[in-house]
Amino acid sequence: MTQQTHRPSQFGGGSAEPLLSVRDLRVTFQRHGEEAFHAVDGVSFDVRPGQTVGLVGESGCGKSVTSLAIMGLLPDRGNHVEGTAVFDGEDLLTLSRSAMRDRRGSDIAMIFQDPLSSLNPVVTIGRQVTEVMERHQGLSRKEATPKAADLLERVGIPDPKARLANYPHQLSGGMRQRALIAMALACNPRLLIADEPTTALDVTIQAQILALLKELVVDTGTALVMITHDLGVVAGLCDEVNVLYGGKVVERGGRHGLFKNPRHPYTVGLLNSIPRLDAVRGEKLSPVPGSVADNLPWTSACAFAPRCSNAIAPCTQETPQWDGDEVVGFRCFNPMGGPR
Amino acid sequence: MDKIDQTDEPTRRTSYGQRRKDRIDALAAASIDEEPGISLIRSAWKRLRRNPIFLVGLAITVAFVVLAAIAPWIAPWDVTASPLLDKVRPQTNPVPGPEPGHLLGGDDRGRDLFSRLLVGSRQTLVVGVFATLFGLLGGLTLGTIAGALGGWVDSLVMRIVDVLLSVPSLLLAFTVASLAREPSQWTLIIAIAIVQVPIFARLLRGAMLAQRSSDHVLAARSLGVRPWAIVFRHMLPNAMGPVIVQATLSLAVAIIDAAALSFLGLGNPDQRQPEWGQMLGLAQRYISEAPHLAFYPAGCIIVVALGFTLMGESLREALDPKSRR
Repeated sequence: MTQQTHRPSQFGGGSAEPLLSVRDLRVTFQRHGEEAFHAVDGVSFDVRPGQTVGLVGESGCGKSVTSLAIMGLLPDRGNHVEGTAVFDGEDLLTLSRSAMRDRRGSDIAMIFQDPLSSLNPVVTIGRQVTEVMERHQGLSRKEATPKAADLLERVGIPDPKARLANYPHQLSGGMRQRALIAMALACNPRLLIADEPTTALDVTIQAQILALLKELVVDTGTALVMITHDLGVVAGLCDEVNVLYGGKVVERGGRHGLFKNPRHPYTVGLLNSIPRLDAVRGEKLSPVPGSVADNLPWTSACAFAPRCSNAIAPCTQETPQWDGDEVVGFRCFNPMGGPR
Repeated sequence: MDKIDQTDEPTRRTSYGQRRKDRIDALAAASIDEEPGISLIRSAWKRLRRNPIFLVGLAITVAFVVLAAIAPWIAPWDVTASPLLDKVRPQTNPVPGPEPGHLLGGDDRGRDLFSRLLVGSRQTLVVGVFATLFGLLGGLTLGTIAGALGGWVDSLVMRIVDVLLSVPSLLLAFTVASLAREPSQWTLIIAIAIVQVPIFARLLRGAMLAQRSSDHVLAARSLGVRPWAIVFRHMLPNAMGPVIVQATLSLAVAIIDAAALSFLGLGNPDQRQPEWGQMLGLAQRYISEAPHLAFYPAGCIIVVALGFTLMGESLREALDPKSRR
């Protein structure tokens, strides 16, 4: 599918060997007696140190399942994971449970969408931050507490020493997300996966959190996988963008290239559905018509064809192949702007 | 088969065991709050403080506990002595009536009824509290194991629990208590505890399962927190709400069950020590001549059980996000 030759990323960020290299990841959900559902259907992408990679798509496109599969956090039963996710020379998907547990929180950490429900309501913020350090760095709670205060300060929580004793409900939404980020950063992970980290926040807070994440990536060289449905987030943060549809990457590119010259009709649709300040007043937004429920199976068609304004005959008859390489490309019979 | 109604009204065709299971599951489901624990407790307390039903229940409960604690020191008469023995006439006056110094009169052996009622609260309290405590411990253990491990362990534990739940509770307690070679206060406690175990187990397991799929448990797992810490630090404390409410309600049930078993003669065989259910049993013989002998202990049982129930129900209502006004 992709060429195995390595080319340095031309989109900024790091240019070293990939820190995380996901190849042909497939996640299939199947319950007894029900038809299998391919939530992730052959996704490949690389993340290099210091790079921010976006996974973009609407609900149900498989972006969150991709991240959970990489983290080994999918439910024990009812799913099947194939492919590889090589992190620092090790395939995370074949690691034992306990080895994977040792990686999580220390080498790879994750930030979730809803900061309130992602914090334990009956445990103080301080305790939740120190827990991670006690777990991975063998510190005592006493040793970890000043570090936790430093960490809260670093993620921009004012009066960190007092906040340590607070419970999650005593913090505002933005502060909670900062606390979650602090927990994720407690052991200086090399890879951070952020699953819609700003969706549950006010717009002003969103900007602050994004700025914080950007700053952390630049300061520490942490690689960031940014999962979002919001192309605005992508525009501000990501070096490379993968647009997912129906469990497959349908387009990939650097953020400038992708925004300036989108090729896949789905990417175009996503871009058109963003409200614009310079649009004519009264002009309607143009959302992507239909929903993911209309998808065709990838095995015999392009899943997006029923919703696509550019669909041609082969779209409903064959699977579109990846046209491009590890850095840029798309999966479409009739791309915008004509074939490559 | 009809769809099972999730409200308190069970449909006609569901079995006894199914109705009990549904009720417990509805309680567990009610614990999935949209608000976090602490503020939930705080807002619940705010509402409870102004709830007259809760305050009445609390007052009865506190009065009962205090009286039981200090009973031997405030009881006017020794409960084993028979100061009214010379007034007992088996043929004409088997139960001495009230007189100065003996507020409620005596029983058929000339013992002061008021003192016996007062001191009898102690056994009731002890049996109620210990039975609920042991039931809680057993239920917590089973519920935690089932909810934390899942899989076949969960299925096994829950099937045993279902079997226990399908037997009417008093019948089960009666069976267990009658298995003991020598009945005592402790066989009573254990019998009632065994009845409580499946209720707590099912309740906690339901709440644990809800916790298991919660965001904060996923977040803790994403940070590599070890499984035992997930269970005991992240799941259990958040799943305890409905269990604590149930414990309050269970105290009332335990007190009634204890009285029922004592009434049937399965309680403390030492008849010199007063116990409300046992006093009720002894009153049977004189029910036509001296109905008050039955009325007083029965009234005590009802009031105390009512106190715990009022408190537990208002607690449940206050913690249940669905019943909020």
